[in-house]
Amino acid sequence: MAQRGSYSESELLACVAARLLEDGRSVFVGTGLPMIASMLAQRTHAPNLLIIFEAGGVGPQVPVLPISVGDSRTFHRAVMASSMHDVMSACQAGYIDYGFLGAAAIDPYGNLNTTVFGDWEQPKVRLPGSGGANDIGSFCWRLIYIMRNQSPRTFMARLPFVTTPGYLSGPGAREAAGLPSGGGPYRVITQLGVLGFDDETKRMKLLAVHPGVTPEQVQEATGFPLLMADEIQETAPPTEEERRILREIDPTGMVIPR
Amino acid sequence: MEVLAEGKGELLGWHDPDENRQWVREHKSRALVDKRMTVQEAVQRFVRDGDYVAIGGFGHVRIPMAVLYEVIRQGKRNLAIAGKTAVHDIDILIGGGCVSKVECAYAFGHELRGLSPAGRRAVESGRVKVVAEISNAGYQWRFLAAAMGLPFIPARNLAGTDTFEKSSAKLVRDPWSGKPIVLIPAAYPDVAFFHVPRCDKYGNAQIDGILVEDFELSRAARRVIISTEEVVDEEVIRANPRHTAIPYYVVDAVVEVPFGAHPTQMPYLYYFDEEHIREWLHLSTTDEGVQEYMDRYVFGVQDFEEYLERVGGIRKMNRLRRIEQYRAPMV
Repeated sequence: MAQRGSYSESELLACVAARLLEDGRSVFVGTGLPMIASMLAQRTHAPNLLIIFEAGGVGPQVPVLPISVGDSRTFHRAVMASSMHDVMSACQAGYIDYGFLGAAAIDPYGNLNTTVFGDWEQPKVRLPGSGGANDIGSFCWRLIYIMRNQSPRTFMARLPFVTTPGYLSGPGAREAAGLPSGGGPYRVITQLGVLGFDDETKRMKLLAVHPGVTPEQVQEATGFPLLMADEIQETAPPTEEERRILREIDPTGMVIPR
Repeated sequence: MEVLAEGKGELLGWHDPDENRQWVREHKSRALVDKRMTVQEAVQRFVRDGDYVAIGGFGHVRIPMAVLYEVIRQGKRNLAIAGKTAVHDIDILIGGGCVSKVECAYAFGHELRGLSPAGRRAVESGRVKVVAEISNAGYQWRFLAAAMGLPFIPARNLAGTDTFEKSSAKLVRDPWSGKPIVLIPAAYPDVAFFHVPRCDKYGNAQIDGILVEDFELSRAARRVIISTEEVVDEEVIRANPRHTAIPYYVVDAVVEVPFGAHPTQMPYLYYFDEEHIREWLHLSTTDEGVQEYMDRYVFGVQDFEEYLERVGGIRKMNRLRRIEQYRAPMV
């Protein structure tokens, strides 16, 4: 599924993610596709999207894809070159609408694992840990996840380690634990489709499939039962204009391979 | 205050605030004295085996690489590293055999480049222990609490997760709102290293671009080594004091090392040396490769200038400068 006719999977994911971001809102951006999607949104329908990077870049007009969220590209033509304390505080204080994350594994409530597989003390696979993910998951109003390898191994009924909070164990659990109220997972974009979360149960729900994918295929690639929206949409493929801009953003093909 | 839950991670670098105030009173000079020295002397004097160490910058941005190579060259052992946004910095120290413990917000990864072979191998084989988890904001607030001379700082992250369970934080009931709130303990590293574009001989250091968490960390650490692209006259600092991020009274050593962040990025001055980082990521897939890298670039050179010659010399540095300044393409 890497190549779908004229466009690639990476291009599709970047475009689907970009279209979710509304103009005049703020987004806290992590490494890779989230950066690309935010840059694409800013160059298309959302020129007034406020992009914020955890290391202190605030409101940049990023010229080309940064390698790091602390790279000097993240404060190119920015309104402020600040600090982690400042931007994380803004996030905790409620200024940031969207938080963009990826993960190695996710559960039905949108909790994420980026820390470890196997025993924590004697890990089978050690991953980088939270980074800013726990903070973004705790503080941003709406979390958007990009998971490009949806399978029963990555969409797990139960995670070996909850690095970052989604809805934890369900309705009211975030607030009971001490997290800010009213935030949480909003969308999960995968190579197969787009998922959301049920208002009442806070469990994952299929909202849309990508061209050529069926809801059954999405369920088969998930290690727990999915809720299904009454009407499952089909995502629109990338336009030529979006693809042109993506090549401009990532000229060396670091995230969007040629 | 009612304690609702406690993380079970090891508490690194905490001191009673009065004990640390006393330490500061006795050990941190308020006099303007010339602190310039060689990187060899700075590491000999201020880094001990077993120290709890934190590194300024952002993992592979503005990293004091000349200092890290010297730590490896001097064979420092059993360091506990603050894995705060740690990327190439921790990877090279783990490769150098200097590290036994990590408190992990982010480590063992190279952001867009993928995972770090050396770091992962060390943890998965048990040579390096992760003793606690935390998040990037959480780590930075550990330093903020220390910089403020406080025992802890309240925060609204971590709660409800295994990251909290394996952290050194506690969950209490906020006496005002009545809601549960996390208390993040202060962290006072034994020593911290920073690389900056300019600094005077007393240690007044200026940073261009984002500070990341260098403001808080420099004030939290007991000992501070600054490496700088350039030692500038005191007048340069006094002409533009708002640019000073780290004041002289928290600094113990000033080391002048042009291109001292190579192969990491120095904002406005030089870009990542992707070719060199690729070489490290390739070699570090095996222990033999790590040794080969160390022999070639750390033990096999007299000093940082010889290292710069070996990685491509002035031609390479000029190219990285042009890329950083948007005067040449990335490839």
